[in-house]
Amino acid sequence: MSKNTEKTSVISRFLNKDQTVGNIFAFPFIFGFVCFSFIPIITSFYYAFTDYSMGSKTATYIGAANFIKLLHDEIFIKSLGITLKYVLISVPLKLAFALLIAFVLTRKSRMVTVYRSLYYVPSLVGGSVAVALVWKQLFARKGLFNSVLAGLGLSTVNWFGDTKLALYPLILMTVWQFGSSMIIFAAGLKEIPTMYYEAARIDGAGAWQMFKSITIPCLSPIILYNLVMQTIQAFMAFTQAFVITGGGPNNGTMMYALNVYNQAFKYNHMGYACAMSWFMLVVMSIITLMIFKSSKFWVFGEGDDE
Amino acid sequence: MKAKIRIKKLIYHILVIAFGFVMIYPVLWMISGSFKDNAEILRGSLSLIPKNFKLANYTTGWSGFSGISFARFFLNSFVITAVATLGTVISSSLVAYAFARVEFKGRKFWFTCMLATMMLPGQVIMIPSFLIWYKLGLADSYVPLILPYFCGQAFFIYQMMQFMKGIPKELDEAATIDGCSKYAIYANIILPLLKPSIVTTVIIQFYWKWDDYMGPLLYLSKPESYTASLAIKMFADAASKTDYGAMFAMSTLSLIPVFLIFLIFNRYLVEGIGTSGLKG
Repeated sequence: MSKNTEKTSVISRFLNKDQTVGNIFAFPFIFGFVCFSFIPIITSFYYAFTDYSMGSKTATYIGAANFIKLLHDEIFIKSLGITLKYVLISVPLKLAFALLIAFVLTRKSRMVTVYRSLYYVPSLVGGSVAVALVWKQLFARKGLFNSVLAGLGLSTVNWFGDTKLALYPLILMTVWQFGSSMIIFAAGLKEIPTMYYEAARIDGAGAWQMFKSITIPCLSPIILYNLVMQTIQAFMAFTQAFVITGGGPNNGTMMYALNVYNQAFKYNHMGYACAMSWFMLVVMSIITLMIFKSSKFWVFGEGDDE
Repeated sequence: MKAKIRIKKLIYHILVIAFGFVMIYPVLWMISGSFKDNAEILRGSLSLIPKNFKLANYTTGWSGFSGISFARFFLNSFVITAVATLGTVISSSLVAYAFARVEFKGRKFWFTCMLATMMLPGQVIMIPSFLIWYKLGLADSYVPLILPYFCGQAFFIYQMMQFMKGIPKELDEAATIDGCSKYAIYANIILPLLKPSIVTTVIIQFYWKWDDYMGPLLYLSKPESYTASLAIKMFADAASKTDYGAMFAMSTLSLIPVFLIFLIFNRYLVEGIGTSGLKG
């Protein structure tokens, strides 16, 4: 046997070892994780303790000054409150609608697929600038919503001129996009064995009772999944506020992500913006952890699959 | 009794359709707005039928800004979206195969990292990522908008792994006995069977990327490299009066690719999410 073939067989043996195969296939992720997640997070942590701004050569270490400044920053505190309000109202409403409509659309009918598509449309296009601009127009002073109010004989509302009201059109827009959660719920509903319902019907259970005692518990792992994903997404809402209100009036819709963006790219306070990002990361980790911890009490059949 | 059931059924369908109509009303209103003149749009009329059918919105809108037409903006969007989607499919399927089918040291660790990135809000790493690209001199290019997508997207890796769970391991074993390497198994067995999951990925990634606003907003500063969503926003930013008709016309056009993909692959989407079993 020539030396050459021996060499290639060594190489091919190396290439076919599970360890090598695994690392080769996982390489895109490993590379991406290190470059596009890990390094940025560490960099962000470093900058959070500096006064770095773009264009400046050096970043001076200023200790926890950025974090202390956060506590006295009125806009920051306001934005935190607004974001919490937005999340607390929009996420439960969105999931409730998603579940309700998914449940309503479980009938065996050829039209159901068409209906599902219909209700999915807002999710499909809702994230776009195009729809955000439409929304802005719908709630304008002479917009469609005010026309409806006037038509019903009610007084019109200056939606985006009122600090207290401006957030609600944004919340409504988020709830409107319940379609993607609905489809996930619909897939879960299909998995519930019909014999559960048949048994309950024999025992004389009503529709509401069946929903409460069969549907909800069976769906609870999916509810958990949707809850976590939607909460994270809602905390980071940006495009709507940026396009529709720009954070106004009087910072009434200054969502957290928009505030971070402004600090970083409008005022060039990079260090400060990094501190804000890290603060958000900690807050969200705590909230996500709390949701997972609470799931012990309301999610059934966890770990059955594993 | 039978009549009662039929009436109940009828009421059900009417209610579902009526509510569905309300749901898509804003989208229909936008489409009809693309044929209305500005005065009619600003009056806030509920009507979906334009008083004077004005096709001119499309031509004025298409002409774009500062000599750059919407043909360019749509082309830019399409290139970014298509390349990023392709990257997502290739890389995510590779990584999913490694995590789901290959025993190697570090698998658990990297899998945990992947779950963590799934819950990591993009905005947290937005600023440092930007600074890094800026230092590399690539901040004003398509690279930051495309390259990360060739490194696997956690959400889709997870989905594909769930799907692979449903592909019998016996197929792999039989192929191994026949002398197939792991590479051949991936290419000849797993990839073809993964098709439904890949289609779901293509649809979802396509419209996420097509609608993406924040990424282009951060990284693209030259008007000739703008995507359609950035360009549409420019209608609203115009110093002079906003041309709503033209804005809605281009908005309508920008949604057509999303609708087309949805209509063609609708079936896959609804079933794909179902079979990928997010039960985890």
